[in-house]
Amino acid sequence: MEDLAVKTGASKVAQSPAAGHNWPRNNGIDLDFGWVLDQRVNLSAAERRVATLPGRRTVKKDAQAAWLLKAVTCIDLTTLNGDDTTERVKRLCAKARQPVRQDLLDAMGMGGRGITTGAVCVYHRFVSTAVEALDGSGIPVAAVSTGFPAGLIPHDVKLREIEASVADGAKEIDIVITREHVLTGNWQALYDEMRDFRTACGDAHVKAILATGDLKTLRNVARASLVCMMAGADFIKTSTGKEGVNATLLVTLVMLRMIRAYQERTGLKVGYKPAGGISAAKDILNYQFLMKDELGREWLEPDLFRIGASSLLADIERQLEHHVTGAYSALNRHPIG
Amino acid sequence: MTVARYFDEMSYGPAPEADTEARQWLARHKGEFGHFINGAFVASASGKTFETNEPATGKLLAKIALGGAKDVDDAVAAARKAQGPWAKLPGHARARHLYALARMIQRHARLIAVVEAIDNGKPIRETRDIDVPLAARHFYHHAGWAQLQETEFADQVPVGVVGQVIPWNFPFLMLAWKVAPALALGNTVILKPAEFTPLTALLFAELASAAGLPAGVLNVVTGEGETGALIVEHADIDKIAFTGSTEVGRLIRERTAGTGKSLTLELGGKSPFIVFDDADIDGAVEGVVDAIWFNQGQVCCAGSRILVQEGVAPLFYERLKRRMQTLRVGHPLDKAIDMAAIVAPVQLQRIENLVAKGVAEGAALHQPTIELPKGGSFYPPTLLTGVQPTSIVATEEIFGPVAVSMTFRTPEEAIQLANHTRYGLAASVWSETIGLALNVAAKLAAGVVWVNATNLFDASAGFGGKRESGFGREGGREGCYEYLKPKAWLGRKLRAAVAEPALKPVVGDFAMPSVDRTAKLFIGGKQARPDGNYNRNVLSPKGKVLGEVGEGNRKDIRNAVVAAQAASAWSSATTHNRAQILYYIAENLSGRADEFADRIAAMTGASAANAKAEVEASIARLFTYGAWADKYEGAIHQPPLRGVALAMPEALGVVGVVCPPEAPLLGMISLVAPLIATGNRVVVVPSEPHPLAATDFYTVLETSDVPAGVVNIVTGSAIELAKTLASHNDVDALWAFGTPELSTLVEKLSAGNLKRTFVDYGKATNWLDREAAEGPAYLRRATDVKNIWIPYGE
Repeated sequence: MEDLAVKTGASKVAQSPAAGHNWPRNNGIDLDFGWVLDQRVNLSAAERRVATLPGRRTVKKDAQAAWLLKAVTCIDLTTLNGDDTTERVKRLCAKARQPVRQDLLDAMGMGGRGITTGAVCVYHRFVSTAVEALDGSGIPVAAVSTGFPAGLIPHDVKLREIEASVADGAKEIDIVITREHVLTGNWQALYDEMRDFRTACGDAHVKAILATGDLKTLRNVARASLVCMMAGADFIKTSTGKEGVNATLLVTLVMLRMIRAYQERTGLKVGYKPAGGISAAKDILNYQFLMKDELGREWLEPDLFRIGASSLLADIERQLEHHVTGAYSALNRHPIG
Repeated sequence: MTVARYFDEMSYGPAPEADTEARQWLARHKGEFGHFINGAFVASASGKTFETNEPATGKLLAKIALGGAKDVDDAVAAARKAQGPWAKLPGHARARHLYALARMIQRHARLIAVVEAIDNGKPIRETRDIDVPLAARHFYHHAGWAQLQETEFADQVPVGVVGQVIPWNFPFLMLAWKVAPALALGNTVILKPAEFTPLTALLFAELASAAGLPAGVLNVVTGEGETGALIVEHADIDKIAFTGSTEVGRLIRERTAGTGKSLTLELGGKSPFIVFDDADIDGAVEGVVDAIWFNQGQVCCAGSRILVQEGVAPLFYERLKRRMQTLRVGHPLDKAIDMAAIVAPVQLQRIENLVAKGVAEGAALHQPTIELPKGGSFYPPTLLTGVQPTSIVATEEIFGPVAVSMTFRTPEEAIQLANHTRYGLAASVWSETIGLALNVAAKLAAGVVWVNATNLFDASAGFGGKRESGFGREGGREGCYEYLKPKAWLGRKLRAAVAEPALKPVVGDFAMPSVDRTAKLFIGGKQARPDGNYNRNVLSPKGKVLGEVGEGNRKDIRNAVVAAQAASAWSSATTHNRAQILYYIAENLSGRADEFADRIAAMTGASAANAKAEVEASIARLFTYGAWADKYEGAIHQPPLRGVALAMPEALGVVGVVCPPEAPLLGMISLVAPLIATGNRVVVVPSEPHPLAATDFYTVLETSDVPAGVVNIVTGSAIELAKTLASHNDVDALWAFGTPELSTLVEKLSAGNLKRTFVDYGKATNWLDREAAEGPAYLRRATDVKNIWIPYGE
């Protein structure tokens, strides 16, 4: 059975390039304190929704292969390590261009679809390397910025870092918010900071990393999500990957509901990016189910959904080979990224 | 469908759970099942069968034996024979059996889940993730009660042979709710599964037998309504436990009236789902999914009446409708659905008819534009908004995936709307303000209240309703008592009939006459003349006229009930306050002890010493309940969640008390004191032959700060006044002690509003025996346990 959202969304998204941005951009709105403070999230109720989801939704066989391939197109293939080098980044970019073996894509009838990852995500230092390595592929480069991951460098330095990455060709900037503003309830400061980041990004799209593992409560997550969207975030993103707890279905649920609430009020679609801790194919399917059921079909495409992950792709590749051949796969059968 | 097409559409494909093993099990039985009696499958004596079908396709699943009188007799005989040895087993031995059943359920969990989904039509997700695990948990929990029975229920004995009739909406879970406590506590069982869904009960019987359960302990007799009636009316069954419709529950109450059968009824509901403007709206929307689209809404405690605070109603409805659009209805064995099939075409038709009526009465219909599978009994998730309280869909239980909705302005109005129903099963309250949520939870007339949650169940927390949602609890310590009876009552004998003395004519003389005293009725704190203005003589055993009392009639009862209803503040008075007043009554009675003793002696012919003993025992009994008033506490259940379930004993409300003929003072106090100690207000019909102790007593009440209307006294004919009380729809419970006919009448007429009854079937209680005549056995009957579930966390 197919639901309506599929039918209405299908034609529009079918034409979308892998990482295009086909929706009116969120230019933000004035900070609405009342709306921010009005947010309430019942932990137990949210947990229940998330706990029952895997029993309510699943995909099998061809459908599963298709969903996993779709997830590949949403991956921000990431390397954010102290030992990154230009050659390491180039290798990653090569994997981004050809994330799944061509013979497997052909076997699934997807050989001609130009499957690539959604983006490549690196530190500023490697933006130009990645831009060059991805030249002609249409794959955007995303740069983490603003003193990633803690975000505690001077504000003006953050803005200069954004501008430098944009100048080097980054099309997407993943900023980190100052967690202190959330933990102390200083929503004005959070809003102002985010507004400045957005302005500094210019045409580059900005993803606001909330570092939900630091914010602790779902109420904080809800409020921070809303303030960042009010200040013009194109995406809201869970984590840097460096906090103690990174992306979870629970914070995802809350952030998606905030995206929906923002859309209800403004008509604008804001994207979502879970990051960190998603390494198994079966895990990402649950995120996709939540995206589809809480937000709708459109949010399964890379212009509204990104996945910050480094090892997830390898597991998806194995699952896809299993789907094609019927035999369980091994990591060394797929090119390293 | 191809990978490419799925990639473009991103739709969910089919995700079927395999049914191979389930089909093989059916095939092993050649698609035909007998009853399970005395440890073996047997065909019906009549050879008759009926069919059980697959709701998702309408196809035949199996032929099932149709139980007749002979089959029920055989099952009862087997259960009777097994009951003695089963009860005599040490608790630890029964605990081992129950534990084995729990483990057995877990080992065969998937088979049970698949058979259940096929036979009932509900999603495999629910049978697999909810029904079967909860059933296993129920057997584990009650294995524990079997283990602890000898110490925790030392003053109780098993009820005996139990007939259990269960519904089709949770065939396996209801089996567990019924069978686990019954067996754990030493009873044996004749279980009748619903005709639509007999398979998992038969599978369970087969597995239980393989797990070593002795023959005769559990018997399953399949059949239709008539088979159920045979069980209900069987003379050698000691207790009936029924879950099903209020309509059938009422019939069972009538048919078992006066038989001495203990009765548990878990009936229908129209449970409110209240959303305040400070709720987590998205959480509440998801709560609706679990409230009314769980099991296709075929849930007795379904949150079927959504009450939304006006200010947030538009947003709430918008989000709810959006959520409805993402619900998926599919085949029961599809693992990617939210709802599956309605149990049978007849039920589907009932839902369709009721919704059509609701729409005709002005409700706005909302159904999502989603696809339904073809062929079986399917109905889409449905929301009716703008429903007026006068509409049939607002009052009748639809038992389908249909939520009706209306708005409220204030918490007070929410409570009023929520409670304005004949039912009182469950309620759900959504607010992030703790004070508001708990205050509302406490005021809802419901046996179960979920705060910021819905449809949570656990073996440790009692489940059951108030009002016409039935009585008795299933689960937890409170549920155990439903399968036990006090040891101290075992020796009670039928009351000897006492002939009415012949009236001796009064012969006046010239001595100084005593001042004439007119005993009146006592209603709403005032002495009142009887409405009919007739009086009756009160005679000594020798026929001497001791005085006259009012001949109360139905209007006096009506007035007394009005007064008792008006005294509702008593139910929320502090327990300390109620304790003080009980002690004060004792104090004032003590000051007039000699007078009361003389009166008792004159009326009953008791010796001076015995009469004095009755008064002293009465004073002591008042002290007992003064003591209990602030000590009869609830429990904090610990179901498996981050939170608690508060089991709070609550007053029943207005309770009629028809006092036994004997012990005119002590009998009355033994019944009235536990009731008022727990916050009830009472309408008392004193001992019919000896009412003057009661009419003297109202002056004690007047001097003891008892608020007006808490105790009302109407003298007259016990049986006539009991009739009015039993059929009165604003009386919540009726305690009646006296003749067997009185018990029969009270139980029969109580079926109208399913009031709780406490009768003695003509068996006399020794009111001087503290074991038999006071304590928690009375307090439990004076209260209903309300379980308030409070998950927490931030």
